[in-house]
Amino acid sequence: MTTEVAQNWQPAAEISALVERSRIVAKLRTFLADRGVLEVDVPILGNYSVSDPYIDSFEVLNERVEGFLQTSPESFMKRLLAAGSGDIFFLGKAFRAGEIGVNHNPEFTMLEWYRVEWSEHELMAEIAELINTLAPNIGSLTMSYRDAFIQHLGIDPHDICLSNLQRHVSSITGCKWRPESRFNCLNFLFANVIEPKLPRGLVFLYDYPECHSAFAQLHYNREGQLVSRRFEVYLNRLELANGYFELTDPKEQHRRFDRDKRARTAMRKKILEEDASALAALDVGLPSCAGVALGVDRLIMQLLDKNSIQQIMAFSWAQR
Amino acid sequence: MTVYSTSDLRSGLKVMFEREPCLILENEFVKPGKGQAFSRIKIRNLRTGRVLDKTLKSGDSLESADVVDTEMQFLYEDGEFWYFMEPNTFEQYQADSKAVGHACNWLSEQDLCVVTLYNSVPLTITPPNHVELEIKETDPGLRGDTASGGTKPAVLSTGAVIKVPLFLESGEKIRVDTRSGDYLGRVRD
Repeated sequence: MTTEVAQNWQPAAEISALVERSRIVAKLRTFLADRGVLEVDVPILGNYSVSDPYIDSFEVLNERVEGFLQTSPESFMKRLLAAGSGDIFFLGKAFRAGEIGVNHNPEFTMLEWYRVEWSEHELMAEIAELINTLAPNIGSLTMSYRDAFIQHLGIDPHDICLSNLQRHVSSITGCKWRPESRFNCLNFLFANVIEPKLPRGLVFLYDYPECHSAFAQLHYNREGQLVSRRFEVYLNRLELANGYFELTDPKEQHRRFDRDKRARTAMRKKILEEDASALAALDVGLPSCAGVALGVDRLIMQLLDKNSIQQIMAFSWAQR
Repeated sequence: MTVYSTSDLRSGLKVMFEREPCLILENEFVKPGKGQAFSRIKIRNLRTGRVLDKTLKSGDSLESADVVDTEMQFLYEDGEFWYFMEPNTFEQYQADSKAVGHACNWLSEQDLCVVTLYNSVPLTITPPNHVELEIKETDPGLRGDTASGGTKPAVLSTGAVIKVPLFLESGEKIRVDTRSGDYLGRVRD
């Protein structure tokens, strides 16, 4: 046995951090269960994968199975919602290939929940309550995506043209590369300019640009701009959760899947077979609901004031 | 030549960036939950020493830079070039004043130093952290004043001017920290 392997048997986290982790996870469960949200356990190994062009899954391939480790429990949970489950939550593992860093581990713990007949703003209020039970008096700040851009960059993200956006990006990358699409430019500016300037603590951003809609419904904001009813939650400037007022129109669902498919083709990524069961469920109809996915490891990392996500994991990706 | 993808860029790797040899200091993987990933890197240009922050698209690649650190002996300078010798192969290299930079303040003939070769040409010269040099010229020593903490300028054998304690005399040998230019102590033969 080499010295390197011998040293690597030790857990990534200190035992005391694992004790805290266990307490926090128990509190998450209790918080939702006490409010009548049903815990559901859905497959982690599924036959289909996500359509999102920027999320890569692990493929599982052998004589017995051809499938994917799930990047989120979303499609199974939506099938449950369409079947009349009512409010549900999932607390378990999700996998995203290639995402490794101080804030990323390819295998991570996700808390995803759906509230039937709720708006995204009601769900945001519940998230604020949840985080405040774990970090008393942390409070919260809510602002629109547009206000964040106006405040920190002086640009309106919904109106600015692509070439102006790219100019802003080029001044930051310090090199020739600049993202091609509006979606990527906005993400880039958000991550590089706005995120570092967000206040510490709990911050909600809502009304994302139309190009960020994924599976969120669209509506018009006070300025009369078409925006998506999507929100993001930041804790100490770290992206913690992403939620939607869920799209329920099956026709629009199909259009969004096609949009993802075109993006994957343009990126020369593998076109994955459509999840017929999920589409069938959506065709039957998803109830009006709001849903959110929260990175549990990141939450724990922030609550325990650690610098890397690996410090609150029993064993990190490098030690598997 | 090796090609590194953004996910392989670790601190300590030497790569070509915008046609300049650079050292990777940090590499941070950044990815929004929904959206394109990128790498925020901190690099040092090995020629100029400047540290730069750059952002690369995830999956982009950088070529390795043919940069090696070799211990060599400083032989002499002829006013235009500085000559170094690899002590095992006896191979000689000439470095221009740009590559020598501040190292010229500290190098005496026969000294061992680190020559950073880029495509087999000296790129930078790093003198030893501590060198021993003779004081060529300084005001007469204030005998017995070893405690007041006062300093005076002294010209060293290499031409460098540093601050030394008041009690030192011309002709004495001293030890100097080449990173700060600080006087460290007197060397008694």
